[in-house]
Amino acid sequence: MPLAETPNVIAALPELFLALIVMVSVVLGVFQKGGANEINVKVFRVVFWLSTISITLTAFLLILYAGERTVTFAGLFLSDTYSVFCKILILTGSVITLVIARQFLERHEMARFEYPIIITIATLGMLMMVSANDLISLNLSLELWSLSLYIIAAIRRDDIRSSESGLKYFVLGALASGLFLYGASLIYGFSGTTNFDELSKIFSASTDAKIGLGIIFGITFIIAGLAFKIAAVPFHMWTPDVYEGAPTPVTAFFAVAPKIAALALLIRVMVGPFGDLWAHWQQIIVFLSIASMLLGAFGAIKQYNIKRLMAYSSIGHIGYALIGLANGNEAGVRAVLIYLAIYLVMNIGCFACILAMRKDDRMVENIESLAGLGKSHPLLAAAMAIFMFSMAGIPPMAGFFGKLYIFLAAIENELYLLAIIGVLTSVVASFYYLRIIRIIYFDDIDEPLDKPIDKEIGIVTTFAGLAVLFFFLYPGYLVTKAATAAASLFSG
Amino acid sequence: MSEFPILSLVTFLPIAGALFILTIRDKEPHVVERNARYVALWTSGVNFLLSLYLWFNFDSSSAAFQFVVKSEWMPILGLSYHLGVDGISILFVLLTTLLTPICVLASWESISVRIKEYMISFLVLETLMVGMFCALDLMLFYIFFEGVLIPMFLIIGIWGGARRVYSAFKLFLFTLTGSVLMLLAMFTMYFDAGTSDISKLLTHSFPASLQTWLWLAFFASFAVKIPMWPVHTWLPDAHVEAPTAGSVILAGVLLKFGGYGMLRFSLPMFPLASIDFTPLVYTLSMVAIIYTSLVALVQSDMKKLIAYSSIAHMGFVTIGVFTPTTQGVEGAIYVMLSHGVVSSALFLIVGVIYDRNHSRKIADYGGLVHRMPVYAMIFMVFTLASIGLPGTGGFIGEFLVLIGVFQINTWVATLASLGIIFSAAYMLYLYRRVIFGELTNDKLKKTFDLTPREWSLFAPLLLLTIWMGIYPSTFLDFMHVSVDSLLKQVEQAQAVATNISFAAK
Repeated sequence: MPLAETPNVIAALPELFLALIVMVSVVLGVFQKGGANEINVKVFRVVFWLSTISITLTAFLLILYAGERTVTFAGLFLSDTYSVFCKILILTGSVITLVIARQFLERHEMARFEYPIIITIATLGMLMMVSANDLISLNLSLELWSLSLYIIAAIRRDDIRSSESGLKYFVLGALASGLFLYGASLIYGFSGTTNFDELSKIFSASTDAKIGLGIIFGITFIIAGLAFKIAAVPFHMWTPDVYEGAPTPVTAFFAVAPKIAALALLIRVMVGPFGDLWAHWQQIIVFLSIASMLLGAFGAIKQYNIKRLMAYSSIGHIGYALIGLANGNEAGVRAVLIYLAIYLVMNIGCFACILAMRKDDRMVENIESLAGLGKSHPLLAAAMAIFMFSMAGIPPMAGFFGKLYIFLAAIENELYLLAIIGVLTSVVASFYYLRIIRIIYFDDIDEPLDKPIDKEIGIVTTFAGLAVLFFFLYPGYLVTKAATAAASLFSG
Repeated sequence: MSEFPILSLVTFLPIAGALFILTIRDKEPHVVERNARYVALWTSGVNFLLSLYLWFNFDSSSAAFQFVVKSEWMPILGLSYHLGVDGISILFVLLTTLLTPICVLASWESISVRIKEYMISFLVLETLMVGMFCALDLMLFYIFFEGVLIPMFLIIGIWGGARRVYSAFKLFLFTLTGSVLMLLAMFTMYFDAGTSDISKLLTHSFPASLQTWLWLAFFASFAVKIPMWPVHTWLPDAHVEAPTAGSVILAGVLLKFGGYGMLRFSLPMFPLASIDFTPLVYTLSMVAIIYTSLVALVQSDMKKLIAYSSIAHMGFVTIGVFTPTTQGVEGAIYVMLSHGVVSSALFLIVGVIYDRNHSRKIADYGGLVHRMPVYAMIFMVFTLASIGLPGTGGFIGEFLVLIGVFQINTWVATLASLGIIFSAAYMLYLYRRVIFGELTNDKLKKTFDLTPREWSLFAPLLLLTIWMGIYPSTFLDFMHVSVDSLLKQVEQAQAVATNISFAAK
């Protein structure tokens, strides 16, 4: 491919736009009075709103320029319906977790202009990740994203818990990146290419006997590296600590967009270049899935810190989503996409509620401090109860439909063991979700949470709650969107 | 669908009422509470009247589903919003719509905190229960079936007694465990038959080996819900801790989910597996009838005693369903209906004295007849109905079940009749201890007899019990044709299976 050829920029326009905004905001932030180390709420607000608006605009750009499958930048970058679907979810997650964080940041003297910028960079990394069509561009975007997350976890550098969580995340994350790179180099060594389309062609043409051990090793290392990013057991160890240690808005961000991006990436890699090797990698995914569901269900039972509890809950949810991937077919991927969309809404709502947990202007994280919420904040309590029932997968909440599609796909492909373990762990998991509802409604009030709650949080919980509660009225839109997205992944 | 969607209306009117209650605001809390109570009463009352339309316009000469409402709901999967009733489900719908206003009225004074939420819970519960009996799509059925847990969990957990948290969790987790397995079985059915339409699934014949697994998965759910020994332990706890109206709904309607499910799914859809597992069902039911009757005999808590008696009565239902003869199946439905009326009334009876004296312990009472003669009379009627005295609803159902099972297995019939004797023992023993004897407890000396509000609770139930006992044809006529077509289907499936096995030999 001659270098002189101008790449088709339109396909990557949203990413380019976002990258430009990031640079502008950095300049805006640096040129402030009093030096870059001062906390200047005014500058923070400017950068904050610039980031928020531009992330939203990026989503509109995406929808506007969404079209046929386009490969550009010499085969490094790919845009299709699948990537658009995932990007919309990622952008939604990023922008909402950003919006609900603002008042928290200002209250806790964390209103640094870097915060929105790093979130935006991470978002940019995630967008590029979902669009990667080559192991090299994949690694590049993965690192962009990971490094931003390490920094943001440690954004409160004077707080020991935050620093610790950032460091922990960094050390383990670097290890995972190493694993991934090693796997990628093995793949390159044994196949001679890093491009997804080329890889796919090679594997679809070769028979099982020709697939060398090196390729299998490579895939295993790649899965291990990515499993770390989605926090699937046994690569989950960082999750509870990082979730607990990072400031709550950061945890909210971690729980939503990066999870979706990493899982979308895993799906892309697995069914794209390695789709024909399904029989080889399926059992790894099955194992990750079962282990995650079990740990997510049993690990959370004894947790009293709500952020830690949500960490285990997210591990469990990843386990369910992986059931869909284990199917390795269109129905499975469709189910994962529906699951992710619903997971996004539930988690955003849930973390908005957690951000509202303040007593005497201090964050509280013990679940017992929710006692009596049903009396003191009826609406917040109702929203929280809806999210909890939804996460437990009780109909008619949206969470039930997420699980419904996942298990349907599993049964269709006769993955009975996965399905049975899945439903039984969901019963176990429902225990700790119910425990939160118990605390909210059944326990007596001791000291109510602060009032009033932030306006943004109120709005977000209301909308998320309504969406989760009334999803059953009109599931068609999401389902058809997810179906086309999944179909585009398999036609390509 | 030019027809008026009466079923959708009956199903979702309560939700509309609940939303309306949500909007009630006033500075004075007691105004809000009063309005919430009245809105709930009116909504459920009007809903009952609406459901009478079903009663009068139902064509009992047809086994087809009637008042059908259908529209597409989830694309790609082909799930639909599909409601309809036949001779088996219509009476359960009516039972539900009748019991809900009674529950609202029963909670008029006894519930004093969070009235708004309480009334909303009951209205939502009504929607889910009616929807469950009407649903003609697997997924829809499951959603209603499972959704019931949410309001029930809250009702027991928020307004329940001292050990409410334990009971609410037990109810939720027991039922959920059974149900999720049923969900997977439903998916398997969906892929085997290619549809989730219950009326189509009824005519689909599943492979024999698959039937076994499907039957077991459904049984896991229904056996917990009915409940059958040994998974019955959640019921006494839930009943004891639930507020009176919660117990009424639990005993009156929720327990019927299991029996109804067996009639709707297990028997017609998996006829071969049903034959294979009949001994299992009979054994568990026998154990349930005899064991729980004996346990009931030694209870010191009135609610617990009635809860155990419910399990024994439900033993008759499971025996009747799996006879499967006309008498047995009709008897099973009849037992469910009359139990829905009688046990509800018994829980209300306990509720009446609980409201006055705040105790459910049998030992705290005695000699109530001196202070509450009318109450004693009503209690007597329902005690006898629970025993199954001729002339009450309880008799007809159990009699039919016994006739049905006698043709199949005399031993089961004999042992089941023992249950009736036991039920006479524990009910009369309860009655004697509470009503007769000296009035020794000083607190009881100030107890007053039934208020007009309480009268209005018992009047319809009293009337219904006697009516069901004296002229059962009114009710049985609804189900004859549907039950016959159900049994014919089961016979056919079994005949085909035997032919195949003969041909194979």
